[in-house]
Amino acid sequence: MAARRYRPGRTLVVFFLGVAIMYGLVALAGSWKPALGLDLQGGLRITLTATGDPTDENFEEARRIIDQRVNGSGVVEAEVTAQSGRYIVVEIPGSTENRRETEELVRRQAQLRFRLVACAEGASDPCATGGVPLGRAPLALDHKPGHEGDRKNNEPTDTASPTDTASPTETPTDEPTGEPEDEGDTGVRTAEDEIAWAASPDADSVALFNSLSCTEDGTTVKTNAQGEQVPAPQPDDPDQPLVACEIGDDGRVTKYLLSRSVIEGTELSDAGAGIPQGEVEWAVTLDIGNDKDKAHPKGSTGGEDDFETLSSQLAGTGRQFAIVLDGVVLSAPVMNDPIRDGRSQITGNFTEESATNLANSLKFGALPISFDKDVTTEDIGPSLAGDQLSAGLTAGGIGLALVMLYCLVYYRALGLAVVSSLFIAAGITYGMVLLLSESAGFTLTLPGIAGLIIAVGVVADSFVIYFERIRDEMREGKSMRVAVETGWARARVTRIAANTVSLLSALVLYIFATGAVKGFGFALGLSTLIDLAVLFWFTKPLVSWFAQFKAFNSGHRMSGLSPGSLGIDGPPHPPMTAGGKA
Amino acid sequence: MGKLSRVGNDLYNGHRSFDFIGRKPLWYGITVILVGLAITAVIVKPLNFGVEFRGGTELKITVAEGVDQSSADELRESIADAGIEGAANPSVTTAGGNSLVLTTESLSDTGEDEAEDVIVGLFPSVDRVDDISTQDVGPSWGREVAERALIGIAVFLVLVVLFIWGYFREWKMSVAALLALFHDITITVGVYALSGFQVTPAAVTGLLAILGFSLYDTVVVFDKVRENTTTLRKSTESYADAANLAVNQTLVRSINTSIVALIPIGAILYVSAVQLGASSLQDLALAQFVGMTAGIYSSVFLAPRILVQLKSTETEVVEQARRARAKKRAMADRYASVPAVTRDTPVVEGEPDPDRTGRPARAERPADTDGGNTARPSDEALGKGRVAPTQQRRVASGNSSGRQQPVRQTRSKRGKK
Repeated sequence: MAARRYRPGRTLVVFFLGVAIMYGLVALAGSWKPALGLDLQGGLRITLTATGDPTDENFEEARRIIDQRVNGSGVVEAEVTAQSGRYIVVEIPGSTENRRETEELVRRQAQLRFRLVACAEGASDPCATGGVPLGRAPLALDHKPGHEGDRKNNEPTDTASPTDTASPTETPTDEPTGEPEDEGDTGVRTAEDEIAWAASPDADSVALFNSLSCTEDGTTVKTNAQGEQVPAPQPDDPDQPLVACEIGDDGRVTKYLLSRSVIEGTELSDAGAGIPQGEVEWAVTLDIGNDKDKAHPKGSTGGEDDFETLSSQLAGTGRQFAIVLDGVVLSAPVMNDPIRDGRSQITGNFTEESATNLANSLKFGALPISFDKDVTTEDIGPSLAGDQLSAGLTAGGIGLALVMLYCLVYYRALGLAVVSSLFIAAGITYGMVLLLSESAGFTLTLPGIAGLIIAVGVVADSFVIYFERIRDEMREGKSMRVAVETGWARARVTRIAANTVSLLSALVLYIFATGAVKGFGFALGLSTLIDLAVLFWFTKPLVSWFAQFKAFNSGHRMSGLSPGSLGIDGPPHPPMTAGGKA
Repeated sequence: MGKLSRVGNDLYNGHRSFDFIGRKPLWYGITVILVGLAITAVIVKPLNFGVEFRGGTELKITVAEGVDQSSADELRESIADAGIEGAANPSVTTAGGNSLVLTTESLSDTGEDEAEDVIVGLFPSVDRVDDISTQDVGPSWGREVAERALIGIAVFLVLVVLFIWGYFREWKMSVAALLALFHDITITVGVYALSGFQVTPAAVTGLLAILGFSLYDTVVVFDKVRENTTTLRKSTESYADAANLAVNQTLVRSINTSIVALIPIGAILYVSAVQLGASSLQDLALAQFVGMTAGIYSSVFLAPRILVQLKSTETEVVEQARRARAKKRAMADRYASVPAVTRDTPVVEGEPDPDRTGRPARAERPADTDGGNTARPSDEALGKGRVAPTQQRRVASGNSSGRQQPVRQTRSKRGKK
């Protein structure tokens, strides 16, 4: 028993060490002022203009997706509004350091497609001049007849039929096909068809491929009659082959001729950003779902199956497939092994931020509409008058002072424990807000600040419950030192139960809500956890420590636990029962 | 001070007790009237949703000579004071170095003209046609946000119901807590509608905070109720008595908590409403202030009351109430049946004393304290005090005169000497 004696002093020391470490981290992070929200500090305002004439539905859908993108990654309270059916205005708090990155996140259409590489042209190896497709076709053609038989009504437009007879060495330019005209209508294509197509692409596509070239920034250009290069943007249509460029890690531009889309971004069930095991670079991980309704080539059973077909047929052949985002090839990897669970990843020269942004864009889906390339970006000021913040803080300060005064008057010396606990809780909250605004982009808005002031009530309530318990125990005749412990045993249970309710509400709001409500849930959960920590590791040990002093445990008039303050020194009550207390 | 703490002590040991549980018509009546008033208020004066929910008009003003924060503040005040319909709560921000963005609720054409008048009055260099562009803005808190928030609330309520059920092992406590929550939310919304303040995201945030707080406060009171009705059960207490004692015992805590929690919010509400005028601070503070007050009220007056009502039909509770009543009656006057003998009592052999009935007649018992003529089948079967058991069979003559007879107990039960 003696060895396990409760040592309040030790807990206090450990607790203060923890607080000191937290402030050490804050000092490392280097900012001593919390990031303020849109209403208090202003921020960045990005105005996007829709191209074409989108329907209201698509427009609202786009607004929703952008909202999820900017608010999806953390607790930033950004606002996204639609204006006059043409503009989408995004307001992000704080001075965003990397504007281009943010603009890109907002504007990016995020249409992700998996296509097969038919022709690739590096700076050193212009494959198309030789007219030989990269593919080693026969491998892919083995299953063809069987699949032909499965398909029912697409014989007239069957684009794969020429490849049945085509020998791999035949130059594609000689192939007489009517493909470009037939494509895009009712043809039901499967992943196998695309693999076959990629092995020997049709002539028109190859001609197009040869007529285009890539610039440094990854756009396709055409050389016109005067020898000038004019931009020739290629429409990223899932049902058409595509000529696209890739900007490699070293800035080298590669041109590709790609098949029709095999897997669409809409088939992804999840996307995330992380550093794969054993590697140093950030990557975006993709998880392709197997939903038949969403499957892109309409005849296929689902993205995961397609990906399996793709990977098993391409594995070991050295043929490439390409991951295309908004018409630009992100990467064109080679399959090493068949992948059966639909998981893959995109590597490239990602930073943490760009990987996270891309993952968010992919996760929340592609925008149904596209926006003009030039976006208006401007800094905006706070929407609340400067006097509001100071007035709110003053009011909160006055309120806090009154609370402390009340506690001191009512609980006398025990009130000291309340006051110091409130200060400690305020200190920890401030430190946590600093840390979180640095690491998670947490911004304080005026409601947030008011919410934290309001949390004072709940925090103070934990002391009220505890002290009232101690008094109740003492009224039953226990000494202070005993009452502090037995009262704690009971108050603890109450506190945990009550705070669980608060935590539940915070957690659910954080998970389900968006924007401002999310931030609020976050602040609520934070203050609840801090309340518990302060109560368990500071207030309780402090009161236990107080109890060792004679001034307290002898029932001094100022201790707040004297018979007078407990009300047990009053005149004896008239007996309630004739026979005395049972 | 001493007086208040003495009250606290009396409340704790039950010497003084407010009857929160017993006066059913009073507290239910008050609650029903309050909730009814709140609902009427919302119907009569519907909530006034802000730009964030309904969209509005945005005017972008280019000021050639440049703008700073103070010009934004000036414009905000002038627009707010101009009394334009729909522009009572404008929001103005600077955008870039030389333009201002003014957002109001949807303005009519005349409203737009009036707003432009104000703008030109403030910034004479602004040209009405070239420098002011008007856009309609859609809601930033559209249906999407509302739907997700509602799903969140539904999930939260289900989880809380399950939690309270699991923690107290009593689903009736979940129901009582939910009803109390409904009461708090309704009253808060009603008062908010009455106040005429605009519903802003801040107000919604405040309301969501009330969700947690109301349940939190109820759990604190219920925790004491549970403690009193299980671990500290006395045979003289019915469930209702124990619950009432619990509410009384936590009353001091409730008062202290309400003071401590409401002071800071009250301060914010006062400063923002009286000194600042319309602001998101005021919306939040009002929602919080009303909600917290209602939450504390309902956890003292309403939730335990509902709980007792729900429990009152349980066999065990009914049994306990009956036992407690009988015991109390017995305790009230233990020696009622003992004849009062004084020194000068005349000893009259065989002649009954008119003042003294060996066995008081039934009619002499105090009339039913709880009114009504509910059946109390075995009130009399306890064999204690003045209540004699009903006759089951013929009683043989004995010498005990109906008094309780001393019983020789075993040594272990006799206690230490």
